[in-house]
Amino acid sequence: MPDYSWPAAEQRTLIGKRVSRVDAPLKVSGRAKYSYDYTRPGMLFGKILRSPYAKARIVSIDTSAAEKMPGVKAVEIIQKPGTTVQWAGDEIVGVAAVDEPTAEDAIRVIKVQYQQLPHLVSDAEPPAGVGGVPGPMSEDDIWDATDLMSPPQVASQVSQLGVTFKASPDVIDEFKKFGLPAEIVEAIQKAAYHPLAESSHSASWYQKASALHQGDPDKAFAGAEAVSEGLYGAPVITHCCLETHGSTAEWPDKDHLLVHLSTQNVSGIPGQMAEPLGLPAANIRQQQDHIGGGFGSKFAADRWDITAARLSKKAGGKPVRMMLERDSELQVAGARPSAYARVKVAAKTDGTLTAWHSESWGTGGPGGGGMPPIPYLFNIPNQHKEHTAIRNNIGPARAWRAPNHPQAAAITMCALDDLAAKLNLDPLELFRKNLGITGPRAENYREEFAIAADLMGWKDKWRGRGQDRSGSVARGLGLSIHTWGGRGHSSDCDLTLHPDGSVDIKLGSQDLGTGTRTCILMVAAETLGLPIEAISLYIGDTMYPPSGGSGGSTTIGGVSSSTRRAAVDAREGLFTKVAPALNAQPADLECVNGTVRVKSDPSRSLSWKQACSKLGAVPLTARGKNPDKSKPPDLTNSGVGGVQMAEVEVDTDTGVAKVKKIVAVQDCGLIIDLKTAESQCYGALIMGITYALYEEKIMDQLTGRMLNPNMQFYRLAGISDIPELVVHMMTGKGYDERGVIGLGEPPVISPGAAISNAVANAIGVRVPFLPLTPDRVLKALADHNLD
Amino acid sequence: MPENDPKQPHDEGSGVSRREFLKISSISVAAVPIMGTHVVEAAGEPVKVYGPGKVPVELTINGKKHALQLEPRVTLLDALRDHLEITGAKRVCDRGECGACTVLMDGKAVYACAVLAIETQGRPITTVESLMQGELLHPVQQAFVDNDASQCGFCTPGFVVAAKAFLDKHPQPTAEDIRRGLSGNFCRCGTYHGIQQAIAQMAQKGV
Amino acid sequence: MRAFEYATPQTKEQAVGLLGTKWGPIAVLAGGTDLLALMKDDVEQPKRLVNIKDIKELHGVTSSAQGLRIGALTTLGDLADNANVLQDYPALAEALNDAASPQIRNLATLGGNLCQRPRCWYFRNGFGLLPKDKVGKDLVAEGDNRFHAILGNSGPAKFVSPSTIVPTLIAYGAKVRLAGPKGNRELPLEKFYVIPKTDTEREHDLRPNEIITEVFIPAAGGMRAAHYEIRQKAAFDWPLAVAAVALNLSGSKVLSARVVLGYVAPVPWPSPEAEQALAGKVISEDVAKAAADAALQKAQPFTHNSYKVQLARVAVKRAILKAAGGAA
Repeated sequence: MPDYSWPAAEQRTLIGKRVSRVDAPLKVSGRAKYSYDYTRPGMLFGKILRSPYAKARIVSIDTSAAEKMPGVKAVEIIQKPGTTVQWAGDEIVGVAAVDEPTAEDAIRVIKVQYQQLPHLVSDAEPPAGVGGVPGPMSEDDIWDATDLMSPPQVASQVSQLGVTFKASPDVIDEFKKFGLPAEIVEAIQKAAYHPLAESSHSASWYQKASALHQGDPDKAFAGAEAVSEGLYGAPVITHCCLETHGSTAEWPDKDHLLVHLSTQNVSGIPGQMAEPLGLPAANIRQQQDHIGGGFGSKFAADRWDITAARLSKKAGGKPVRMMLERDSELQVAGARPSAYARVKVAAKTDGTLTAWHSESWGTGGPGGGGMPPIPYLFNIPNQHKEHTAIRNNIGPARAWRAPNHPQAAAITMCALDDLAAKLNLDPLELFRKNLGITGPRAENYREEFAIAADLMGWKDKWRGRGQDRSGSVARGLGLSIHTWGGRGHSSDCDLTLHPDGSVDIKLGSQDLGTGTRTCILMVAAETLGLPIEAISLYIGDTMYPPSGGSGGSTTIGGVSSSTRRAAVDAREGLFTKVAPALNAQPADLECVNGTVRVKSDPSRSLSWKQACSKLGAVPLTARGKNPDKSKPPDLTNSGVGGVQMAEVEVDTDTGVAKVKKIVAVQDCGLIIDLKTAESQCYGALIMGITYALYEEKIMDQLTGRMLNPNMQFYRLAGISDIPELVVHMMTGKGYDERGVIGLGEPPVISPGAAISNAVANAIGVRVPFLPLTPDRVLKALADHNLD
Repeated sequence: MPENDPKQPHDEGSGVSRREFLKISSISVAAVPIMGTHVVEAAGEPVKVYGPGKVPVELTINGKKHALQLEPRVTLLDALRDHLEITGAKRVCDRGECGACTVLMDGKAVYACAVLAIETQGRPITTVESLMQGELLHPVQQAFVDNDASQCGFCTPGFVVAAKAFLDKHPQPTAEDIRRGLSGNFCRCGTYHGIQQAIAQMAQKGV
Repeated sequence: MRAFEYATPQTKEQAVGLLGTKWGPIAVLAGGTDLLALMKDDVEQPKRLVNIKDIKELHGVTSSAQGLRIGALTTLGDLADNANVLQDYPALAEALNDAASPQIRNLATLGGNLCQRPRCWYFRNGFGLLPKDKVGKDLVAEGDNRFHAILGNSGPAKFVSPSTIVPTLIAYGAKVRLAGPKGNRELPLEKFYVIPKTDTEREHDLRPNEIITEVFIPAAGGMRAAHYEIRQKAAFDWPLAVAAVALNLSGSKVLSARVVLGYVAPVPWPSPEAEQALAGKVISEDVAKAAADAALQKAQPFTHNSYKVQLARVAVKRAILKAAGGAA
């Protein structure tokens, strides 16, 4: 069997080097085409009428004026009367018109009557006593439940909990009129009536999500040498992809759909659109050259995409472009759940962690959400933790780069930092002391801490809390560590050698800007002994072999493994064809520098072109797969670690915090392209500065709306907010032989915690919640001075 | 009961009828609309009024003249992207807040989303598409490539144009100049580090 | 954006003739950076835009012994680069360079900057300039007011005046000149701003059928001025507090002072209290602090913006010290 393993360090010509991303010339010149750029003759423009209310029942919809408007080609009701919308910005009606202004005009003349319902958009700490066993259900609770659960589940909940209203014929008729499934109606009729029960809104808004217990926390706290208590957390933030969500849909004929959808999941799109559109997945083709950001929010064909396809069908198959506006992008197309916690953590005076107690809460929108993985990374022996999920009307949550980890890190690493301060310990010491309970990569962290401390100058710079001040400027250092999985996803790759010497590769994958294209080409070029330019790569189309969605940092492991196997098999196939001409056995051949030659006698060689001409008339295609147990070894792996240190300056008169330097030391197994790998880290640090200092989806309880659905008040860091960034990738022995592991997510986990710790170190007091805005910093200082 | 959504129209109907347009004019109207234009009298003189329907608009993009029929409400950005298929400038915020649609107007960097197409007539527009010399990247573009100053790339064309305009004005920028001079463009992937390096490289070369 | 008709008058008389007597149906298009955003957000719904950029006399900057005359259509970028501004009004140059972004400064005009609408998020989200919900609840007072006014906020207007440049212009004693159907008028820039009491009023004294023609700044003489902004981000960010200070010194003693705050009230906020506290004094840390305290003495923050009192105080104090320490 051929040897699929990664080439040894001394043999590598490309892997591990700094290679410029192959699609950069297209991107810098404006030639890279994104879904948003896809234009077709006769293309129609789609727009969506959205709910102005955070929670409301749709009473009626009148689209007649829009339908009569010249230039309007199709109108599609997305949510029918009777439906309850659960967040402001929820989709009600879609239209397609000859141009965008006409589509907007059409949206304005659609009349919708709403019955407003009480909403909750806050994610403040749940009032005491809520979130126990859910009470009997109100009419609204039942409607809400239908948005979140299947009819049998809702029916069963109604039967279990009872109802707060009398199921009179009128009420039942109303339910039926608005389309409540029969089995739920039946359950309501049979349900116990609890007339005295309070409106159970509070019960449905707050839900005890989990309570976990480990060891004997009570005893551990009782006997603790030191206990630190604090409040920590991170708010809801949005993905704010620069290319908004959306697609262009067209029907080349009545049975086939072609979509250009901005997605992290090219191969997965047909399967998602098939059912709602009632056609086989095989009849749906998805294409995408480039994607303008996803960060975890673009895995699905969304309701607006389905709407675009339906509008196109109604308009005779004409292409309909439906890209979200910026405000909708921020309101509905993705949010990271919030997580807050009251934490108590105990340790011995030497810093050894003994016990953890947390009461946490947070929201992921109507779905609530689970407990973040706290205590993060440190498996403290004795733990008690409870989590309350807030199911509110802020819009749905989506996976945000390293789901739940940045929040968990912010809660845990800040609690440990406060504990270190209480013990008068350098946090670096406390963290190192406890590495034994971080799991299998303790030694990696130790190594990374040493490098990071050196790059930061930690020893020279670190002072105790509030000890480094001149005038109103306070300086401080903070740190955090993180982990992530990153095993390669399923990926199929076809690599074809043509008799003319050309080589092409096809995968239904996507390049989110992480450097996927570059890495695939580097692996193939390395394996075939060719320059990168000699190979053509085709991705982003469901006509190509499927690859997984780009989530969980799984792409690089998946595509590099499938490409390696395809390239090795193709190379072996070529050797078989070429061996007679070189008077050698296939196993004696190698591909080097654009030639195929005999290992023991390099003078016996053919140029790549000559070699390929031996293929005869038929190209040779090899399919590589990941995973593939039949072709060992496993080329990918799971589990990475990283250490980050931040240095900040805080103006204690204004509360304005500025990051002065961040050091990131990161491992991720065998690195394919060092240049794009480092860029992932730089980018993550910058995104980290942004969520640490600026970002927040600000929801207004009065109006139920997001107040900052724009790029003025949804603040992103600009180039002038970016300090010195130092990235060090762990490579070589102990790392390379692990195989290829993803990197997109891990480095974005720690910046929030590290920066918050640096601010606490600078000003001498903890600012509980991110982002560390001037009002919060000043309040923390003022509260501290009152104590 | 249903409430008025503040974002819903304050008046009935969408577009504005010809009659309404005439009504709102405080001065006498004396013209027959031709090709969406008519003439009103202001300060005793005839003044041409265009629209609200489509009117001829001539744009000069990358040295080439384009004759279009556009409503006055069409922005330069939408004219470029949707009417001319010049899609290098991206629509991201559409409110002059992010820089992704940066183009040059009269040689100066502006947000194409913050200008009406009709008001740019007679003012030369340069987009990212014109920076390459044949197949050769402009030095600013090459510096972006060398320093990996793009990830998803959606902000990149706007950044490249802004960087070019900035370097034209500040050939020898300090680090502080770079920070201020490129503050009008946002990136979500976090490519600022590469951009800083790219501009610093340009400054060193004195290009 | 809703449809509108569009005219490009060649003279200010024509421009004025094309305007109407009510706010709303007709709007003046200058730089357009704010207006187009407001129209896209459906906050402004003009049926006619009057593009005044072809009016030659509204362009240009001219310097004389009396001062600087700045055509209303001068872009912020051109003004920031103007040699007279750089030399005689350095605080103005700094305020200009701090404003928005290079791309905005290349489009936005000084006249437009003076007339830009408040950034209040309830206003921009369509709830009106004096935002209330359907039962009359004051959205700012009872809602999220973290960026709202701390002074001059006892009436229904609680937004903050949005220009970061105007406080400095007022500190320099700028006047604004307007043209209307009855001819021209001039008023001190601080009088140009008014606090609206109803939703039909605007935040300035401009009438619907008037345009700003120019801004005049008297010669700065030996005045020392400074502009200080507290922003969260280093650039392209709306400030949390702004202060502009101009000191008329005799030796090290303050003969008279102008202290104007921005981002604290529905209008640019001159502080006679601070000015008095400075008069006759030699500037020191303590004097600056006392003046800053005086400027904010009457501040009445809402539930979520008391931090702004502190920020405004710091801005005033730092602007005073900067003015005293800086060049003329």
